[in-house]
Amino acid sequence: MSREVHNGPTDDTQARGTAFSGDPEGGEGTGTPQLDRLPLDAWHRARGGRMVPFAGYEMPVQYEGIMAEHLWTRENAGLFDVSHMGQLLVHGSDVAGALETLMPGDFRAAADMKPKYSLLLEEDGGIVDDLMATRRGDQFYVVVNGATKHGDIAYMENRLSGAVAIDYMKEQALLALQGPKAAEVLETIVPGVSALTFMQGGPFQWQGQNLWISRSGYTGEDGFEISVPATAAAGLADAIVAHELAKPIGLGARDSLRLEAGLPLYGHDLDTRTTPVMADLNFAINKRRRAEGGFPGAMRILAELQNGPIEKRVGFEVDGRQPVREGALVLDGEGNQVGKITSGGFSPSLQRPIAMGYVATHLAEAGTALKLEQRGKLFDARVVPMPFVPHRYHRKGAA
Amino acid sequence: MPVYFTKEHEWIRVEGDTATVGISSHAQEQLGDVVFAEVPEAGRKVTKGQEAAVVESVKAASDVYAPVSGEVVEGNQALADDPSLVNSDPEGQGWFFKIKLDNPGELDGLMEEGAYRDWVQTL
Repeated sequence: MSREVHNGPTDDTQARGTAFSGDPEGGEGTGTPQLDRLPLDAWHRARGGRMVPFAGYEMPVQYEGIMAEHLWTRENAGLFDVSHMGQLLVHGSDVAGALETLMPGDFRAAADMKPKYSLLLEEDGGIVDDLMATRRGDQFYVVVNGATKHGDIAYMENRLSGAVAIDYMKEQALLALQGPKAAEVLETIVPGVSALTFMQGGPFQWQGQNLWISRSGYTGEDGFEISVPATAAAGLADAIVAHELAKPIGLGARDSLRLEAGLPLYGHDLDTRTTPVMADLNFAINKRRRAEGGFPGAMRILAELQNGPIEKRVGFEVDGRQPVREGALVLDGEGNQVGKITSGGFSPSLQRPIAMGYVATHLAEAGTALKLEQRGKLFDARVVPMPFVPHRYHRKGAA
Repeated sequence: MPVYFTKEHEWIRVEGDTATVGISSHAQEQLGDVVFAEVPEAGRKVTKGQEAAVVESVKAASDVYAPVSGEVVEGNQALADDPSLVNSDPEGQGWFFKIKLDNPGELDGLMEEGAYRDWVQTL
């Protein structure tokens, strides 16, 4: 038996630092990567986590199995260790104005303690990384992807004046508790968190430790992301999984959950060759910023907003049972290549293959029938709206 | 009925001049939840070391190689219909195909069961 294809974020392309990953530390591609250990490394191993290289760390891809962990998170509460992600504190003179020179969001009017999704951009509008930025008083707390964090810091420091400083909070771990029972579970440990609504954060305390918790995540479910001092992370993780509705969940299920939720993964669905408009992330381009411009790549991005991009990120429903994965080609009825699959796999919730990719804009409409080609085999597929599985966020004003 | 294993984690159970082929318990553990299996049709000629079937889990796609050369006499339709048999019974109901051996001498290079089980412990 061969292991032909690895898929999704648990492959080691990101950890190896190939050019594709956007990992600024890499480039050699062939050498043995120097892998770091997460603060919860021993905790994962003690719980049977199977550790794989990812984003420069050894990380748990699964504990009992991806399918079971995925379905558990959709029904209960799953605890994810996402401490590989970069937690940054950006502060200094006119920090909001400074961030607006890098990203298309409205940071000047950003409300306190409300995380905003945004994108670091190249001068040509290509995406350097996607991130969450939250105003905390006169600072911004920014969470970036693990594989790209060092490059992001260098990118920001190169472009920002000395009046703005970036602190890499490497003493902080980051946990995510996701699923319809996440609020019920976390409320027993950190009273008051269930008062947060989707995309709202705040400071909390647990056993004398300062936590920063936001109601957000990467699964499409209700849930929380918890920044905790690394020294207290194992204790907090223990307290969470002591609840009968919470279990540790690995990276494998994190990938299948986010794919069902239609959420792009940097280094796969987003990179420096894609713009926010191509990636169908127009919501991240603020109205005032559309009028004023002033962010990297504004000329191209505003033109794409007006005229449409040449290609667009869409979802695909694939006939049959065989997963169609990253790298498969998208073909039109005449066999011409019209796009590429950037993420794909078997959906545990829908029990069928689903995929995400880019296709020429005139073929991007929902319902368009296309062919996918993988290892010489053709698959029937249709463009479908995303998410594949409806989001169930705890929005303000909802019951 | 002797069972042999390959270093690529296929097993082959020999009964006279035919044999049943599947992937080992160790292999299915490594793959995780299997969601797709493609088995060869009867009549197809397979060559030792060449791909004969496909198995895919949530995370990975793999080829299953023919441990020996021969002609497929049956693909396991039950497996194609329910790929999770690879996980629940990899060395039993989760078999992939049966073949008529071209050359039983090809079995000589394969691992005996005890040697295989010892070897996977070291992986």
